[in-house]
Amino acid sequence: MIRLPAIKIQQGLSSRPFLSAGSFLGTLALALAAAVPLIYLAGTDPVTAYGALLRGSVGDQYALSETVVQATPLLVGGLAVALAFHAGLFNIGVEGQLVVGGLAAAAVGVNLDLPAAVHLPVAVLTGAAAGAAWAAIPAVLKAWRGVHEVVTTIMFNYLAFGLSRHLVAPGGGLASATQPSASDPVADGARLPALTETTRIHSGVLLAVAAVIAVGWFLYRTPAGFKLRMVGANPTTASFHGVGVRRVQIGALMGSGALAGLAGASEILGLYGRYLDSFSPGYGFQAIAIALMGMLTPLGVLAAAAFFGMLAAGSVGLQSVGISRELINVVSGLVVGFVAAQPALIGAYLRRRRKRQASGQGEDASAAPADVDARSAHV
Amino acid sequence: MSDVLNLAWVVSAITLATPLILAMLGGLISERSGVINIGLEGQMLVGAFTGVLVSYLTGSAVLGLAAAVGAGVLCGLVFAALTIGIHADQIVAATAVNLVGAGLTAALVPIVWGVDGISPEVARIPAVSVPGLSSLPILGDVFTKLTVLDYAAFGLAVAVWWLLFRTHLGLQLRACGESPEAADTAGVPVRRLRVVAQLCAGGLAALGGASLSLATIGLFVASMSQGRGFLALAALLFGKWRVWPAVAVCLLFSLVDALQLRLQIIESAIPHELLIALPYLLAVLALATFVGRAAAPAAIGRPFTRR
Repeated sequence: MIRLPAIKIQQGLSSRPFLSAGSFLGTLALALAAAVPLIYLAGTDPVTAYGALLRGSVGDQYALSETVVQATPLLVGGLAVALAFHAGLFNIGVEGQLVVGGLAAAAVGVNLDLPAAVHLPVAVLTGAAAGAAWAAIPAVLKAWRGVHEVVTTIMFNYLAFGLSRHLVAPGGGLASATQPSASDPVADGARLPALTETTRIHSGVLLAVAAVIAVGWFLYRTPAGFKLRMVGANPTTASFHGVGVRRVQIGALMGSGALAGLAGASEILGLYGRYLDSFSPGYGFQAIAIALMGMLTPLGVLAAAAFFGMLAAGSVGLQSVGISRELINVVSGLVVGFVAAQPALIGAYLRRRRKRQASGQGEDASAAPADVDARSAHV
Repeated sequence: MSDVLNLAWVVSAITLATPLILAMLGGLISERSGVINIGLEGQMLVGAFTGVLVSYLTGSAVLGLAAAVGAGVLCGLVFAALTIGIHADQIVAATAVNLVGAGLTAALVPIVWGVDGISPEVARIPAVSVPGLSSLPILGDVFTKLTVLDYAAFGLAVAVWWLLFRTHLGLQLRACGESPEAADTAGVPVRRLRVVAQLCAGGLAALGGASLSLATIGLFVASMSQGRGFLALAALLFGKWRVWPAVAVCLLFSLVDALQLRLQIIESAIPHELLIALPYLLAVLALATFVGRAAAPAAIGRPFTRR
């Protein structure tokens, strides 16, 4: 059983708003600063590069709208990763679940002939259900056989990529006769409608915002959400209190998969209108960075998704000054690295502040919160 | 069927097994010392890239290999600094290694070679013909097609087995993974040994990556490891953290991988996109059916602090 102590400390952080906002901005700044050598290697300078990035992401109204478009799947994917983390599970399989969700939504959108009022909900829900189903086997293996979910969910990513390539290859079940590596367009009734006429923003963004509220409400306002967080914090204690740990783990990983499937369905039904192989440039992996950077809270994930949405929207501008789109993946990796390092850094900061307070107030050092020390000793 | 299941199939399986075995050995040393290492994939990519880069710059594939190992050790050092130095969560830190490894190598390809995603062909590790053995009847062919790295993988497997299970140092290292407190009490430098294990793991995984790029095709393709770091990890779990069972699983995965590559050419009726997924499917089946809870080193994933 792998517990995630780093995550526990971050959950403790969410009750310290200034410290958590500071660590969010610190992570962001450090990751962008650490990418600077790469920018020089690419033959340009940080001012030009980050200037292009800002122009492409918030420079004008259309750029802003592109940031929203890019942030939509990242937000839902980030929520998926965060939900599993709260149960102590690391779902690296969001990418595969997202692909399968997109495939299932497209299959319903292309092949079924339903009235418009039911076609869209059925397509969206099928996408979510497919994502949940893709997470089901790793979930059961984790809960009943103790097989680490990291390895199994990764394997399911590669299975999903194979399935996707197969279904849209010539002769595959979803393949379009005219467009390579894509499906036919989904029926109009199954499209997530566009919200404006001049931008690519679609109603998937409303689903994403609803998901933020739903996940927040579920985690912090329902008994089931409390049980889920209890299992994540300490499965042994949870089981002594009568929580069915296995059932919660399976539910959490499948719920995470459902969110990932929803993210995929929203891209296919909202943005593209047909299934495209490799429509996701690694949303599921960036989602890990987003969940961690957002300290696993729904609002934190929203903020982190906005940042990564900016990176994605601005990457077009970056490419124009000669920097590869891969910079986003480097930055997301760096973010994950800094988040991993954070508990130690914040622990050291809090210890020092406590020492300073203690020396200022006399000998009352024991009154300072001892929780961070207690935690880091177990880390 | 004989044009699929023949000696050439076995040769191609051995070649495909080499990167897996090397990465698996790295993972084995790391996990036996008590540190979960899911960063093998990223370290493999760093090795594959560095090998090709140095081979491209110097024209020497051997220098490429050496540089790859060096880069892998450096990755191991970063990972060790995070997990052992400041007790960062091992899974999260390794995910960072994977993401940065994949992103950075892919981002550097256009910077170095000006083309997205793929490097030009570089000097590669040649196949060697073993004198004597290569003139054997039937089996002789095997000994003309393998490279030094293929033999080295098996040699290193023997070395790791001997080191871990037949030396005092190996006993100390395994003690760090089973009960770091007891090892510490007995005077074993737990953290130092774990750091050394990480450096070895990084070097071995990167060598595995370099064998993928320098021996097999002689160029680098972005994310060319295609989950092999995780397959190596699955082999490690399925082999219950023991050298020879895990090597056998690596060979099994590679036999299946080689089979699907050959079926793609010969049996065009089976969609090859599905065949590619065969090794991953096998890994899931293996994990589903055989792994027991009790096989992992007892202190795996648990950082050590002296009280």
